[in-house]
Amino acid sequence: MTRMAPSTMVQAAPPLVSLQRAGVRFGAVTALRDIDLTLHRGDRLALVGANGSGKTTLLRLLHGLVPPSDGRCNRHVLQPEGRPMIGAMLFQRPFLLRLSAGRNVSLGLWLRGLPRAERAAATERALHRVGLAALAARPARELSGGQQQRLALARAWALRPDILFLDEPTASLDPSAKREVEQLIEDFAGEGMTVVLATHNLGQAKRLAQRVAYLESGRLVVERPVGEFFNQSDTLPVEAQQFLRGEMVWA
Amino acid sequence: MSTFTDSVQLAAQLVWHGDAELWRIVGLSVRVSLAACVLGGVLGLALGAWLAVARFPGWRGVIWVLNTLLALPSVIVGLLVYLLLSRAGPLGVYGLLFTPTAMVFAQAVLVLPLIAALTRRLVQDALAEGGDQLRSLGAGPYAAALLMLLHERRAVLTIGLTAFGRAVSEVGAVMIVGGNINGVTRVMTTAIALETSKGDLALALALGAVLLGVVALLNLAVAALHGAARAAGQRREAWAA
Repeated sequence: MTRMAPSTMVQAAPPLVSLQRAGVRFGAVTALRDIDLTLHRGDRLALVGANGSGKTTLLRLLHGLVPPSDGRCNRHVLQPEGRPMIGAMLFQRPFLLRLSAGRNVSLGLWLRGLPRAERAAATERALHRVGLAALAARPARELSGGQQQRLALARAWALRPDILFLDEPTASLDPSAKREVEQLIEDFAGEGMTVVLATHNLGQAKRLAQRVAYLESGRLVVERPVGEFFNQSDTLPVEAQQFLRGEMVWA
Repeated sequence: MSTFTDSVQLAAQLVWHGDAELWRIVGLSVRVSLAACVLGGVLGLALGAWLAVARFPGWRGVIWVLNTLLALPSVIVGLLVYLLLSRAGPLGVYGLLFTPTAMVFAQAVLVLPLIAALTRRLVQDALAEGGDQLRSLGAGPYAAALLMLLHERRAVLTIGLTAFGRAVSEVGAVMIVGGNINGVTRVMTTAIALETSKGDLALALALGAVLLGVVALLNLAVAALHGAARAAGQRREAWAA
């Protein structure tokens, strides 16, 4: 694997999660293999690759939703706070319980054991943050696609996560909803939240990420700062170059 | 054909005139079956939700047994509960045999596998769709399963109705553990069996019609409950707008 040294800012930040030769298998299917990757605090990493390349599985592995079948996945204590990091994940199609928008947000806070009064205040703050305060009482499943994704962002943001995993967060949205969601992600990252984003949209990776990692058939082929990945693509491994040119990698 | 016409007329008369005996039988049937569904429901929902997320050696065997118990004959349940509650049985000291409590117990045993099996399938399917997202919010596996019961509450209500239908329409178990004692443990199904054996087919059919009517009314009540919940949601939405 070709890899550039991370930027100075990222290098100085403490690590949050590190993978060492990590692999994930589902029965006979190998979804990920030999992944070496370290996420630092404040990182904005985009995972790109074709369908089935392992982006979602890598997000789930980093978040702790699947254990590694091989290698190691180390979750570091947050520095300087000295507490375990909090992660949240936004999925391509948010799963919202058949409850009101407000209750969908407060649910995560309830699961974390927040007292009722604090829960109500945090829910209101989160809904306000994504512009859905007026729709708190509306059944979540009756919201539009963009509103549902913003609600899922509010639900994740309300948990005050240190790291936010985003799996194709704008894949099924119209351009205006896409812009709104991207702006929110940008704002959250601007507040210091670590963001890991899986996307097919290279423009989105360019706009939101500092680093880009390209995956193919469950392998991490290359990981570079965003400028190098897109502007010096002739230095990338041939598979990544083909992907950037929009060529079928099996052609 | 005349028997059928007679029975319909008789059923209408019994209901119209508010026949005390009929309503006592109907009341006891509904009370016993509702209590059995509540008891079997609490245990069955918890068991089904747990089986949806638990994985242990022999799990497949447990699921196989549970699915087999869906076809559990009510007379077998009646016999087992009879053995438990009879004087020589382990629970004989409580003197529950031939009481409505024994009937509740028998019907709860009957509906428990039904509720647990359907709940397991329901929760497992729901978790396949949104389990990761609930876990991402901090829910443990069992908490996620219980949240799915809340999410799928309409389907849970349908499971409850199915269980009630099974409980209120069975005759074997309540006959064995209740004894069909007039005024004490006589319910609709045992009364129908008795009237049929006496040759009073019209009264038996009339009771059958009332039994169907009870289930139909319950269905209507549940549908109305759904409608009211939907209307309340729309009102909330209108106020919020």
